[in-house]
Amino acid sequence: MGIEGVGARVARKEDKRFITGGGRYVDDMVVPGMKHAVFVRSPHAHAQIKKIDVKKAQGMPGVVGVLTGKELKADGIGNLICGWMIHSKDGSPMKMGAWSPLAVDKVRYVGDAVVIVIADTKGQARDASEAVEITYKELKAVVDATKALQPGAPQIHAEAENNLIFDWEIGDGKAVDAAIKSAAHVTRMKIVNNRLVPNAMEPRAALGHYDKAEDHYTCWTTSQNPHVARLVMSAFYNVAPENKLRVIAPDVGGGFGSKIYIYPEEIVCLWASKKTGVPVKWAADRTESFLADAHGRDHVSTVEMAFDKDNRITGLKVDTIANLGAYMSLFSSCVPTYLYATLLSGQYDIPAIHANVRTVYTNTAPVDAYRGAGRPEATYLLERTMETAARELGVSPAELRRKNFITSFPHQTPVILSYDAGDYNASLDAAMKAADYAGFAKRKADAAKRGKLRGIGMSCYIEACGLAPSAAVGSLGAGVGLWESAEVRVNAVGTIEVLTGSHSHGQGHETTFAQLVNQRFGVPIDSVSIVHGDTDKVQMGMGTYGSRSGAVGMSAVAKALDKVEAKAKKIAAHLLEADEGDVVIENGEVKVAGTDKSLPWFQVALAAYTAHNLPAGMEPGLKETAFYDPSNFTFPAGCYICEVEIDPETGLTEIVQFVAADDFGNIINPMIVEGQVHGGIAQGVGQALLEGTRYDASGQLLTASYMDYTMPRADDLPSFKVSTSNTPCPGNPLGVKGCGEAGAIGSPPAVINAITDALGVADIPMPASPSTVWSAIHAKH
Amino acid sequence: MSDVSLTVNGKRVSGSAEDRTLLVHFLREHLGLTGTHVGCDTSQCGACVVHVDGRAVKSCTMLAVQASGSTIVTIEGLANGADLHPVQAAFKEHHGLQCGFCTPGMIMTATDMIARHPQGLDEATVRAELDGNICRCTGYHNIVKAILAASQAMAKGSKGKAKQAA
Repeated sequence: MGIEGVGARVARKEDKRFITGGGRYVDDMVVPGMKHAVFVRSPHAHAQIKKIDVKKAQGMPGVVGVLTGKELKADGIGNLICGWMIHSKDGSPMKMGAWSPLAVDKVRYVGDAVVIVIADTKGQARDASEAVEITYKELKAVVDATKALQPGAPQIHAEAENNLIFDWEIGDGKAVDAAIKSAAHVTRMKIVNNRLVPNAMEPRAALGHYDKAEDHYTCWTTSQNPHVARLVMSAFYNVAPENKLRVIAPDVGGGFGSKIYIYPEEIVCLWASKKTGVPVKWAADRTESFLADAHGRDHVSTVEMAFDKDNRITGLKVDTIANLGAYMSLFSSCVPTYLYATLLSGQYDIPAIHANVRTVYTNTAPVDAYRGAGRPEATYLLERTMETAARELGVSPAELRRKNFITSFPHQTPVILSYDAGDYNASLDAAMKAADYAGFAKRKADAAKRGKLRGIGMSCYIEACGLAPSAAVGSLGAGVGLWESAEVRVNAVGTIEVLTGSHSHGQGHETTFAQLVNQRFGVPIDSVSIVHGDTDKVQMGMGTYGSRSGAVGMSAVAKALDKVEAKAKKIAAHLLEADEGDVVIENGEVKVAGTDKSLPWFQVALAAYTAHNLPAGMEPGLKETAFYDPSNFTFPAGCYICEVEIDPETGLTEIVQFVAADDFGNIINPMIVEGQVHGGIAQGVGQALLEGTRYDASGQLLTASYMDYTMPRADDLPSFKVSTSNTPCPGNPLGVKGCGEAGAIGSPPAVINAITDALGVADIPMPASPSTVWSAIHAKH
Repeated sequence: MSDVSLTVNGKRVSGSAEDRTLLVHFLREHLGLTGTHVGCDTSQCGACVVHVDGRAVKSCTMLAVQASGSTIVTIEGLANGADLHPVQAAFKEHHGLQCGFCTPGMIMTATDMIARHPQGLDEATVRAELDGNICRCTGYHNIVKAILAASQAMAKGSKGKAKQAA
């Protein structure tokens, strides 16, 4: 490992611009003639649109356009779609209701976009938006998924009877029922996974610019996957053909899933730019983000876990209702199915699993992938159940887990996935040691002397990352392939540009991808530029989500580097009159092994471009492209231990210790990996302790600002103890697994297991806020 | 409309803005200083923190016209030419940022915090003082580490200078 190579703790190249105010986010962009847009959104959760009168607004100062859904439809702009087909167990396809980028006849949640107002300044657009007169006929709303399924509930989409989108199952129900029937013990729980708002710190924004002379569109957008945005906007929304649409996702201020989807606003800004003849920029304010960004989680489940007399799990039965909100967002259908139920085996050898999942429309914001996406829901369900089972069986939570761990690989679970590698005892041992688990009883006694309730909880998680083998996901309903592309361009002076379809919005690709190049050729990372986020520069790519940029994106880079290396060696062998097999590239030099013959890297690059003396028949240039399609998912796993102290007087929970022991396979940059774990844990702790999304019964979002929705702040969290124990992933050339989501997946059950341990209660809802904890303490006494 | 005159990052600037224009929007839209960010509408997130007459201020809580006559430092004016401010350097060294959106506000808050605690900082104080700045990426772990390191580095630096002067 060199000082800038794979495995090195290299400070990030991209930091310079961010720490000096030089970052370039969408809302920083200024285009000549640009105007500002404000969306008029529905104040009702469910209503018919009777009349829209825009005349008064059109006459307001600075206004250049006030446009409605009717005009948008007349121009042939298509409805938003969900790109993953799921079939119900009766064989019928999911019931996708129409989602117009601007609502035409009906609004279905508070925040549904109805009209766009464009003016010289944002203030003028806001003033004019208040002058748009919309007459609604209010309808009864439903926000709770269980209630939405009941007969007589308000009908949200004509296409989906009783608001049921699909009723899907996986696994062998009969085998599970038999296991439960013959079990020595069955643990039963109701598990609620609370709805969250992702809250990337940069609110979403879009700038649409139609160039009339070229008949060409440019869209700057806060996207995790600009190429998918271009594809979807061309193929389904009829905004423009792909060759006439450039999508740029410049610096993006966090995503966590919420910026995967193509939302109404970017479509409408592009269309409105053509319609009005001016570039149109929209930037969400925070309340708009709360209302109209895709939310996460919101599952209600029942679980039955069967054990034999030796405390081995013999079967797992799960029934889940997943709230998908008012419309099916782009990947909403795969989250509570193939990203959730396939993970229900956890780290355990479970012979029979059955899960039934019903997805439901409600009058709430659409729900889609949020950091972890399905896997936190599976982990929470499983790890809460394991903890409860250990308590019911009177055995230690660690030993119950250990007894049921999968220990040989590959391991085929009963729910599709085949785990390739792992060592779950290693991460459990590491976490228990780091947490001084053995010393807990003493710490608890000390806390009691101070009047505090101390508890400890663990969680052993697994996730499927590196999304994903294209043929496999295609067979499961995905509308896209999930490969990644890379292009490595060696310039004539030996500097290198790597074009990647991955997109960095905080992950540090400009550094880690360059480390990969440094490892291969010894070129300093300052001489390597990583290019991403622009469909005019990078031909095609699938973007960044599902912890895929290392396992899939970097594997594509590695494949392209293979090709460049092979050609460079051929050129060097020719120039040095050596055998190609004897040529090695080390520390920026191309050498003939065992001799003193060598060429500096840049001379080989220069020779490729001067082309004065290349091997016979070789094309000039040194530039290669690769597409990498993974052969399997990757399976990061680990063990998290949380220790809490609760003040019984106030119900306030303090996290006094948080330990993470993760297995991410090989690691490119440990500093960046640790940072990903810290951030993930903070979001998981946020879910467990602080973050709750509340709609009232009429569908008004009560938690639509940072005054109402509790974001984790610095003084809510401790410093974390993180470590890794690496079993390389056999499925990709780099042996990497992915680390972006683990923290958010593994931590919520560890926190709740600790709180229930401290309080001696069976369960407590998330978020376990001080009032919730205080009530639990007082209900007990 | 009102006239606004400021000294921003050492330069005198003036312009005219709607009375309702917030300082943050004046900096971003009138002066093109887009390093100062807007992350919320309720003065909670701290992405817009700048220094007004030497104090950390959320520039979304102040009208541009209110700030007229003040001396402002934004993230763009913190470094001394090519030399990073010690807080900027510490954020880079300790990986105190990921997406970079909250970073300018964090750094401006941190420099103010360090200046107000010449006796030094401990972890609990840093965490309490960061209450007005939200980060969604880092879990604060490395931000806290960076601020503690910068505080120490700056204390050493000023001692060094004091010695030189003596």
